[in-house]
Amino acid sequence: MMAPDTLGPVALAVLKGRLEQIADEMDATLFRRAFNPTIAEAHDACHGIYHAQTGATLIQGKSGLPIFVGVMAHGVRAVIDKCADRPPLPGDVFVFNDPYLGGTHINDMRLIRPIFADGALFCWLASVGHWHDIGGPVPGNYNPEATSYFQEGVLIPPVRLVRAGALDQDIIDIILAASRLPDTALGDLQAQLAALDLGAARMAALIAESGAARVKLALDSLMALSARQIRAAIAELPDGTWSGEDFLDNDGRSATPLAIACDVTVSGETLTFDFTRSASRTAGPVNISRATTEASLYVALKHLFPEIAANFGVMEPITIIIPETSLLAAPRPAPMGGYTETILRVIDVLFCIFAEIAPASATGCAYGTINALSLTGQRENGQPWVMFSFFGGGHGGNPEGDGLSHGNPPIATAIIPPVEILEAAYPVRFTQWALRDGSGGEGAQRGGLGAIYEIEMQGDTQAFVFAERAHFPPRGVLGGGPGACNVISYQQPDGWHRPALGSKAVGIRLAPGQRIRLETPGGGGRGLASERSPADMARDAEIGSVP
Amino acid sequence: MSLVLGVDVGGTFTDLFLFDDATGAARVAKVPSTRGHEADGFLAGIARLAEPAALSAIVHGTTVGTNALLERAGAKAGLITTQGFRDVLAMRRRDRRQTWGLTGNFIPVIPRDRRIEVAERILADGSVLTPVDPAEITAAAQTLLEAGCQAVCIVFLHSYANPANEQSALAAVRAIWPNEHVAISSDILPEIREFERTSTAALNAVLQPVVGSYLSTLNTRLREADFAGPLSIVQSNGGVMSLETATRFPVRTALSGPAAGVIAAARIAVAAGYPNVITGDVGGTSFDVSLIEAGRPSLAAQTTLEFGQVVRAPMIEITSIGAGGGSIARIDTAGLLQVGPSSAGSIPGPACYGAGGTLPTVTDANLLLGRIDGQRPIGNRPALDVDAAARAIELHVASRLGMDVMSAAEAILEVANARMAGALRLVSIERGHDPKDFAYMPFGGGGGLHAGAMVRELGLACALVPRYPGVTSALGCVIADMRHDRVRTLARPLAALDPDFLAAEMANSEAILAPLLDGAGMRFAARHVEHALDMHYQGQTHTVSVKMPAALDHASLAAAFAATYAGSYGGLLPHVPIRVMNLRTTLIGTRPPIDLASLAPGPEASLDASLRPARRVWFGGWTEAAIHDRLLLPVGAEIAGPAVLQQPDATILVEPGQVARVDRLGNLIVEMAR
Repeated sequence: MMAPDTLGPVALAVLKGRLEQIADEMDATLFRRAFNPTIAEAHDACHGIYHAQTGATLIQGKSGLPIFVGVMAHGVRAVIDKCADRPPLPGDVFVFNDPYLGGTHINDMRLIRPIFADGALFCWLASVGHWHDIGGPVPGNYNPEATSYFQEGVLIPPVRLVRAGALDQDIIDIILAASRLPDTALGDLQAQLAALDLGAARMAALIAESGAARVKLALDSLMALSARQIRAAIAELPDGTWSGEDFLDNDGRSATPLAIACDVTVSGETLTFDFTRSASRTAGPVNISRATTEASLYVALKHLFPEIAANFGVMEPITIIIPETSLLAAPRPAPMGGYTETILRVIDVLFCIFAEIAPASATGCAYGTINALSLTGQRENGQPWVMFSFFGGGHGGNPEGDGLSHGNPPIATAIIPPVEILEAAYPVRFTQWALRDGSGGEGAQRGGLGAIYEIEMQGDTQAFVFAERAHFPPRGVLGGGPGACNVISYQQPDGWHRPALGSKAVGIRLAPGQRIRLETPGGGGRGLASERSPADMARDAEIGSVP
Repeated sequence: MSLVLGVDVGGTFTDLFLFDDATGAARVAKVPSTRGHEADGFLAGIARLAEPAALSAIVHGTTVGTNALLERAGAKAGLITTQGFRDVLAMRRRDRRQTWGLTGNFIPVIPRDRRIEVAERILADGSVLTPVDPAEITAAAQTLLEAGCQAVCIVFLHSYANPANEQSALAAVRAIWPNEHVAISSDILPEIREFERTSTAALNAVLQPVVGSYLSTLNTRLREADFAGPLSIVQSNGGVMSLETATRFPVRTALSGPAAGVIAAARIAVAAGYPNVITGDVGGTSFDVSLIEAGRPSLAAQTTLEFGQVVRAPMIEITSIGAGGGSIARIDTAGLLQVGPSSAGSIPGPACYGAGGTLPTVTDANLLLGRIDGQRPIGNRPALDVDAAARAIELHVASRLGMDVMSAAEAILEVANARMAGALRLVSIERGHDPKDFAYMPFGGGGGLHAGAMVRELGLACALVPRYPGVTSALGCVIADMRHDRVRTLARPLAALDPDFLAAEMANSEAILAPLLDGAGMRFAARHVEHALDMHYQGQTHTVSVKMPAALDHASLAAAFAATYAGSYGGLLPHVPIRVMNLRTTLIGTRPPIDLASLAPGPEASLDASLRPARRVWFGGWTEAAIHDRLLLPVGAEIAGPAVLQQPDATILVEPGQVARVDRLGNLIVEMAR
């Protein structure tokens, strides 16, 4: 059968490779130049190519944060809407961090640039990166006690940062004034602009070489192609309805668990995801926007079926039902700082549901929390310091074997900074950095292990924790056991304590010599432990059930 | 008389290149490798060229270490490390195998029961919080010995800042360890980042017994055969090192063979008048690309051999993508034609090998289109099965795309060429280089089949095919300079860097490196030292490498940083403090120059002698193509495409609209016809 696009499958494959390379190269440019380690080392950023009229994600760089494939389409759409009255010009760059328009959270600064060919709008390029600090009461913006975005940071709506090639210093001044770390913010902003410059140059070269019409045809074909691909994949699933449910520990304000529930209906080539049974909007910052929920769904599917294209065409045969009152469709000004936790729970629920729909690709839940820890204090010279990092845990048992120990979260490809770099940069001393024995869920394929990180303060320090899974462990699939729960503890003069809300705390005061300890969750197991092979069991016994 | 022999032992063939310093004469040989008993093939190859006693030096490129790592056949080793940190090796940098799909576990080369913690602690500023207790070290070493370990490495936190604790522990272990396979991380890599340092030290430990015993056996056999000169080993950085150094630091041989190839490519390209060249090695499963600018290969600071196996040491930068002769063509679920990264490898191999492979590969497409001579394939292989290739392409590609089989074969090559061109673009355009300024040098057996396509797709100056593409790495062994690198972490603001301290550190690094050259037993035409600083703005994690200016004062260093940073990234941030992360020192002993003209074709070469019966080759339709024996083409010969130039170890395709000519050194220059 001939593929129904006029470029043909060969030319399209070739052009797709070129376009992917442009997005990859924008990623690399930002990672090399960025100042804050959350972008430079943790790769909490993304670049892509977006549809001129709809904003849909057409191409995303391989190194970018997976969750952005879904949400950036909404971010570009917001800029398209902004341009309704005043069309974009070549050389314009828009900037904003409004999560109600663009999804995710207020730390993600989006820079969006129109690309023109033959005098007409051709496509959009975007660069998004997680900034270190954008104001608000908590350094680093993870405020578990926020009740609206006003307690999370300074919100920038979509505005023109560059007008037809001329940088507007006034806008930069406003943005930098909002941040506790203006030098870092400026460095990151310049790096994002450089990535867009490079992308624009590469696009111009590709268009000159291959012709605007052919490149346009390729971009247009990609969406349809992905839609066809996902329809074919869905058609292979059995028809029916499956349900799943899991819980967030709490919203950071009250101790009430919050249900994330979904009913998935497979019907022919279509999928319906109904989140009606999920919890309602909550006061604390674990709400997410509808755009973010859509994006989480995409991430879950792409992990279970990796050949699905990294563009928004895959959403075409998919219907999503979320009530207006849900915490999965929160409007302005609901706080969203902890969006990662809710996304990860949505992904866990979908992993469990799809384990039943498609057991061959069933994968146990990963550790299910971003584990954000922020330590702050003043150096001897009075300078403030902020050590902000995400800590890892185990992946689930999977069709290929045991889950990976100490992996990164499914929504990110972030790596962790070395102990030696952290100790050289901040007045802290790690006393343990180890795998956590017995934390992986049992199973024919065991869950990977979580980690233990123990840190001793060298000066007066305040600790902020934003995590999850203190009360509800990562689940196993196909009869596999759960991973261990998250355990966060810290020393006070009278001994070890745990945060009242288990996994979230604000402003814990630690004196020199006192420690904070994270024991992170392992992954869920896959299949019955009784079916674990004797060779795997022997190895577990020999080395204390860790690799 | 001075005969220098280069020997590259690969998985299939052992290639030898003999060079006579006095006369400039060169000879090559190729013999089958004898896996597991490499010395046999090695000596059999020597026997084809010279008496071992007549050789003044042997330089060796080896894949013994690489294979041991890839096949996880390293020795049983142990790790002694800081209390609380024995899992650093297993925890990596908290990464995962691939972005999408949460599959793939990681098994460290030293398992947990052989990673022993001891009470000791150095702080980030180098101060000693807890000194080592030698008795505890001895007990740990004893435990590892009883567990059957043949090697041990000692890695303590912050040892780059102060190696005192590691050195005390080393003394304690040496006192009871029965062999020489004991190493400390501050000797292997005195650089900040504990996982990268631990991984490098652990891989070095598992290799020490394997590579050590291999080199020792080889050395003994050579001595028995009356070879009296030095035996040296090519390192991943493209320089050679002595046998003793290679035995201590076998992890530095991880890319030994490929690095030698790139070194040779650089020298050949410079001699041919193309100092800017991109090399491309088409193997069975991968396409390995390297960039040489102004005659100097690019170096990478580290490489990942496979997921979680990081070696941090300067290495020739080789970018690899999954596109080789054995790469499988398939239609993906979106209906697009994909080539690679999955590969039929050498077993079962392409469908045309008739060895059980049924899936269509790049080699099958090249065969069906007449670009490969199925009756006389390279590498002494039996005749290839064209019908099997056609059946595989028809079934898996042509029928699925609604194309005829010949168009499908062309489509496979188009996609494969696009992927290879993407790899070239990655190392050139993406690093700010213009392909027009670069020649492309294919080596390995299959590189020449795709060289013309690379020139056409990227607008490269030309393709430069060396006279002996199959023995490039052996030639590189003979050419390579001796080179040693050292890194020293300084980790301080530029404002706090005392110029006298920096000068002392530079002198210290030189003093540590000098004996490695002095003790190598080789003759050097010259020696030179290069120092560079890894610098960045405070707050950044990535650094730029800044060549050391003549003056070491702050203003000069800041100016040198600004110039480098602006060149790499553009905008400067004048009010942000500058930090100095590492000092890198390189000591090079240059070898006497080699005149490559000795490789040029001799008087026996002529156009008439080179002509072979013409054959039809498909370019959108069957076309009669001239066939030549490449080695019999004389200097100055010009062959217009379509043509196929054949030699025992390589096939070169000249596309219609292109022309190939033989330069004075015997290289082929393939260009677009004017």
